[in-house]
Amino acid sequence: METLVMNNGKVDVNEEGYLKNPAQWTPELGHEIAKEVNIELTDRHFEVLNWLRAKQAEGVALSIRKVGNSGLVDIKEFYQLFPGGPLKISSKIAGIPKPVSCI
Amino acid sequence: MNDVMEKIQTKPTGVPAKKEKAKVKKVLIICSKGKIEDVYAALVMANGALMEGIEAKMFFTFFGLEAITKKNADHLHTATVGNPAFMPGLPTMLGGLPGFEAFASYMMKKEMDKLDMPHVTEFIQMIDAGGGEIYACKLAADMFHLKKEDFLPEVKGIITVGDMYALADGEGTQIIFI
Repeated sequence: METLVMNNGKVDVNEEGYLKNPAQWTPELGHEIAKEVNIELTDRHFEVLNWLRAKQAEGVALSIRKVGNSGLVDIKEFYQLFPGGPLKISSKIAGIPKPVSCI
Repeated sequence: MNDVMEKIQTKPTGVPAKKEKAKVKKVLIICSKGKIEDVYAALVMANGALMEGIEAKMFFTFFGLEAITKKNADHLHTATVGNPAFMPGLPTMLGGLPGFEAFASYMMKKEMDKLDMPHVTEFIQMIDAGGGEIYACKLAADMFHLKKEDFLPEVKGIITVGDMYALADGEGTQIIFI
C-alpha cells in the first residue's frame, strides 16, 4: 500500500495517486494535491470538489456530462477550473476514486 | 564480396536507443460516415481525448457531414441492411422492410440513453466546450450543397484538405479515420 505524506500526516493512495479512502480527505490535503498539478484552489474549485464528493458518496458514477448538468458549473468552466483532464484531476484533488466513465 | 559482408556486419546492430515514452498530444479524427455507430465512435474518441487532456480536432466529410447539420444531427440511423453484425441471423430482406431501420435506430438510441450517452448535438456542444474544434469538408459540403448556415453553430468552418492537415501540425499528433 502506497502512502502519501502530506502536512497533516499520512494518507493511503493507489499507484496513480488517488486516495483509497475518501474519508481521509481534508481541504488542506486538496490544496496539497492541487499544487502538484499546478492548480491554486479557489472557493469556486471547492464548490465543485464538494459536489463531486457528495455525488460520489451517493454512489453516482461521475461523468463530464453529469458535472455539466449539475447546475453548478458548465462544461466549459469545468475545463477551465481543472485544465488538462478535468474529471480525473478534480477527482484526484477531491480524494475520490478515479472515474471510470468514457463520456 | 568480402567487402560487402564486412559492410553489412559493421552496420550498427540491434538495440535501438531508449526513447522516452511519447505521449499522444493531439488527435485529428476524420469522420466520413453518417451511420449512428460510426459518428458516435468519432465523438466518443474526440471527447475522450479532451477528458485526458489531449487536444482534439474533428473533420467531417462525405456522409459524416450529416452528423453536423442542424437538420439531421439528432436523426442519424444505423444500417440494418449490409451490416452482418446487426442481429446475426436476421434475413437481409427483413432488414429492408419499411420502418425497420427507423425502429432499429430508435432501439439503439434508447439503449444509449440508458448509458447516459448524450444526443449528437449535445455531444458536439460538450466537445466544443472542452476546447475541441469541429470542421466540415469543403469538397463534400459543395457536393451536398451545404452552406455554413446548414451546420451546427459549433462548426468552426468549412475547410479544404490542406487546411485539415494543418490541424494535425505538431509532434505527437495522431490522425484517426472513420
